[in-house]
Amino acid sequence: MSSFPTDLRYTPDHEWLRAQGQSWRVGITQFAVDSLGDITLVDLPKEGDLVTKGQRFGTVESVKSVSDLYAPVSGRVVAVNPALKDSPELVNNEAYGKGWMIDIEPTEKAEIDELMTPDAYAAHVAAQ
Amino acid sequence: MERRKTPLWDLHKQLGARLIDFGGWDMPVQYPAGTIKEHKTVRSSVGLFDVSHMGEVYLRGKGARAVVERLCTNNVAGAAPGKAVYTLLCRPNGGVVDDCIFYKRADDDFFVIVNASNTAKDLEWFRDQAHGECDVIDVSDETALIAVQGPKAVGLVDRLAGGTLAQLPSFTFAEATIAGVACVAGRTGYTGEDGFELACANADAPRLWTALLEAGQPDGILPIGLGARDTLRLESKLPLYGNDLDDDHTPLEAGLGWAVKLDGREFIGADPLRAQKREGLTRQLVGFKIAEDQRAIARHGYAVVDRSLGTGEQAVIGTVTSGGPGIIVGGSIGLAYVPTAKAAAGTQLTIDCRGKDVPATVVSGKFYKRS
Repeated sequence: MSSFPTDLRYTPDHEWLRAQGQSWRVGITQFAVDSLGDITLVDLPKEGDLVTKGQRFGTVESVKSVSDLYAPVSGRVVAVNPALKDSPELVNNEAYGKGWMIDIEPTEKAEIDELMTPDAYAAHVAAQ
Repeated sequence: MERRKTPLWDLHKQLGARLIDFGGWDMPVQYPAGTIKEHKTVRSSVGLFDVSHMGEVYLRGKGARAVVERLCTNNVAGAAPGKAVYTLLCRPNGGVVDDCIFYKRADDDFFVIVNASNTAKDLEWFRDQAHGECDVIDVSDETALIAVQGPKAVGLVDRLAGGTLAQLPSFTFAEATIAGVACVAGRTGYTGEDGFELACANADAPRLWTALLEAGQPDGILPIGLGARDTLRLESKLPLYGNDLDDDHTPLEAGLGWAVKLDGREFIGADPLRAQKREGLTRQLVGFKIAEDQRAIARHGYAVVDRSLGTGEQAVIGTVTSGGPGIIVGGSIGLAYVPTAKAAAGTQLTIDCRGKDVPATVVSGKFYKRS
């Protein structure tokens, strides 16, 4: 079974979040990357946009399919990974590092508590 | 239901393939190199494809030639022995049952390779239309098929065949012993590259696959999954049954008129095709390109729209049948059925990509043509 970084929180939609000060960095997990295959385009919101938990905030086009990205928490987008525009393959190569997507400053603290722990996410993936 | 496995399934696992359900088969969609690298490897060197899920059928017996003449839009029955001929099988209304390759062995012996997803349907069609005039022998379950494609493919196969195959012309076939395995080698493929498709007995397939992979190491050979098979065929504008071809479109609409030989022939579907040719087409399959800066891919099922015609459904003038990234040619590419008035090269189309109108340009010919 694959293992997942223990310093992150997760969503059932295969996104990861990493706390960094006031904001949370968001990306997609290795499991998501493996099932998508080579990623060719990543469409992200703009800095300053508001996102709502569970609503689409972007899309990922892989060679084979298009997938929506859903906001893991509500809040304001305070940073967008500029490198993904020209190098979407960073998501394939470094899902938890240079392949990050956006930083969100959450507006609803309770939504952070609802995110999955690494163990819960590992169990979720194992059940897929 | 448990997925069906080809005789190479264990080897795919060992190679680290990601396997997916493809029409009931457990097939490699990609290996660890990934679709893009696999695609580029076939364009620059050589790749190995397991296509054993495809169906293989013999039409044999005294009446075989007449049955084949009735079934095929292309001139298969009259071809010289040793030819491998691409043809459509049509319904009486001109819609397409399948597209396939017929190997003419003799007037009483034809070997047919059909699409995996259509094998059962084609067998039934062959049997219905043969009326017992020839034998329809399904050998799909005991036959493996390995495609070797790319600029280095012919040299590789030829080395393992003792130098007997390099001279084989395009769209012909020969029986050959390759790495000690008895094969039927067709100088055919589905990538736009030169190469072979090798049919052999299931039991021999792992030995042949392994020998090809080993002998291809100096060329940088890679095993290629169905993901790259699709991007390669699209870049070369080769149609895929179920996407670009189906019961509701004729071969003429699909731009396959070159494989429809109407003169003096009476195959199934010939009359409606003749009428369509006389009266002109109302819709056509076209290739389109979307510029890189649009950052969009138009995929199967997306609508081609003309917003001047109205709102919602009123604006729909066509449908995208295949689409994906242009891995070698850049931007994104696809195929769509559009009204004939919109089919000329250079015509600007608008495609509704999930709620966003994206401009696309009709292009003629293949997106990628090998040098």
